[in-house]
Amino acid sequence: MEQKSNGLMGWVDARYPATKTWEKHLAKYYTPKNFNFWYFFGSLAFMVLVIQILSGVFLTMFYKPDTALAFQSVEMGIMRDVEWGWLIRYFHSTGASAFFIVVYLHMFRALIYGSYKKPRELIWIFGMLIFLALMAEGFMGYLLPWGQMSFWGAQVIINLVSAIPFVGEGLSTWVRGDFVIGDATLNRFFSLHVAAIPLILIGLIFAHIVALHEVGSNNPDGVEIKKNKDANGIPKDGIPFHPYYSVKDIVGVIVFLMFFSIVVFFMPEMFGYFLEHANFEPANPLKTPEHIAPVWYFTPYYSILRAVPSIAGSAFPGVIAMGAAIVVMFFLPWLDRNPVKSIRYRAGWYKVLVAIFVVTFIVLGILGTLSVTDGRTLLAQVCTAYYFAFFLLMPIYTKLEKNKPVPERVTMK
Amino acid sequence: MKKAMIKTILVLLFTTIAMISTGLAMAAGGGYPKTPANVDVDDMASLQRGAKVFTDYCLSCHSAKFVRFNRVATDLGLTEAEVMGNLNHLGVKFGATMTAVMTDDYSKEAFGAVPPDLSLVARSRGVDWLYTYLTGFYADSAKTTGHNNVIFRDVGMPNIFWKQEGVKQAVYEEHDGVKTLVGVEVVEQGTMAPEEFNLMIRDLVAFLSYIGEPNQSYRKSLGIYVLVFLFIFFGFAYAMKKDYWKDVH
Repeated sequence: MEQKSNGLMGWVDARYPATKTWEKHLAKYYTPKNFNFWYFFGSLAFMVLVIQILSGVFLTMFYKPDTALAFQSVEMGIMRDVEWGWLIRYFHSTGASAFFIVVYLHMFRALIYGSYKKPRELIWIFGMLIFLALMAEGFMGYLLPWGQMSFWGAQVIINLVSAIPFVGEGLSTWVRGDFVIGDATLNRFFSLHVAAIPLILIGLIFAHIVALHEVGSNNPDGVEIKKNKDANGIPKDGIPFHPYYSVKDIVGVIVFLMFFSIVVFFMPEMFGYFLEHANFEPANPLKTPEHIAPVWYFTPYYSILRAVPSIAGSAFPGVIAMGAAIVVMFFLPWLDRNPVKSIRYRAGWYKVLVAIFVVTFIVLGILGTLSVTDGRTLLAQVCTAYYFAFFLLMPIYTKLEKNKPVPERVTMK
Repeated sequence: MKKAMIKTILVLLFTTIAMISTGLAMAAGGGYPKTPANVDVDDMASLQRGAKVFTDYCLSCHSAKFVRFNRVATDLGLTEAEVMGNLNHLGVKFGATMTAVMTDDYSKEAFGAVPPDLSLVARSRGVDWLYTYLTGFYADSAKTTGHNNVIFRDVGMPNIFWKQEGVKQAVYEEHDGVKTLVGVEVVEQGTMAPEEFNLMIRDLVAFLSYIGEPNQSYRKSLGIYVLVFLFIFFGFAYAMKKDYWKDVH
């Protein structure tokens, strides 16, 4: 390779693409200049990942994955005896919820601005895989403190596996490594939570960003900035990610950290949503809690599971529905047939459909935290029906939309 | 467009808040109403009194196995001699944790179960529940202990404060033939006046809240500094963003 500069950087660049990578992904990565509020959540998700990995590394130094010691190692060791252990644990427990809040908002951004559409289908698919890995990470991490909800939440979810006809029983025993949730389950969940899934997550995030930087970022107008380039081949509506968006994202990170700190320092339990009250009691396989609710970020899907009636005493249809609710999102790039990306230039009634979708998703989430009554089940069924109709009828209704004219260049609104 | 977006965000925010509040209201419905405990974990005198009640009474049967005596001394401003003399009835080491006086075998024989550890009871039950529970025992001849509880029906724990609080009777209200328990009243005063007794329970619940999370006061005071720092940092970061972006139109 031709040596462009002298000195240390020149020496390194002749052997490793340091400057090249810096320029390709930051200093000369041209980003649309019209990003709005919704575009903070990608960098924030990365920020939360860093928080989780750093706090996780320190928690792993003191945590003991043993059913006889786990609860004590968290509630006495980390929360009381380890210097600053309580703070690191609250970072991690709040970070888990923050990760889902940020990722849900990031996905919502993609939904309203059509960021999943050609040529960004793979970015969306990698993103959905990240979401799945994140759910696995959250689920397995929740078992580790070995509280009542850790145990019974895992019990409920792993029992779903046994609802699969014929192979279910054997499969659930294989997942647990025992006939009941016990030491074997705790040890393998620990291993998966601290090693396997984080590695998968990092790999997927790498692929997500590589795919993004290959095609370039979408924007609130859904206009491809690469179509309008100046004489030097630089998009006219593009600005280098660094320094423009790096300085802007720092502002976003600080605002995020303010909200994060309010939770960590003033309400780490978040009224029992981030740290459930029942989880302050050690796991007791002989005492079923009155009300078992998964952590809030799973509750929309838990509601869908409960909304679908059992057939012949088997919860399998519900399990299928819950899985389908996530699988259907993978197909979003092909379900939406409207060529216009941004919701700004789509039909007014489409905006209403999206707004109702958001409301049904939140309602499903709330219902999932509550115990079942007839009225609530009916409401959950209506919301579940809407959830699936929103996606599955998309190929029909997105063709009927009357779009507004899309501008040639991005707008600074 | 910007206005429309702000509107959307506001609408979403309000729907979410409305939903959450209805959800919370729905979840809160049912059961005996809790009396607010109004504890103050920064009130050292209250915590010290609570610690005395806790070690004199609760620790006879319950343990607090995550709580170390020396930590209580540091946090509550007590000397080693005070803790060893007044609180540590079993005479364990200063750095040891709070174990029950009663052995597990004995408690199984006497009560059929080992009384739960109280290290985290304030976090699993909540302080209001604890206050309502501890002030909510009433005479019930149908029970072997002679007492029942307003918020924990048929509880196995005896009313250990019967001497102090005297005899309490349940108060019922009748609507359309359905009797509901609405409270308790003192029919025979014990060694303490009702207000005095309630204050003692408040101190005890404050101490339980403290041992549930010994760092809670420090956590909050540190949080203020963190937020002030972030606020100042925000000012610089925002000014820097403004400056870099002044040529973007």
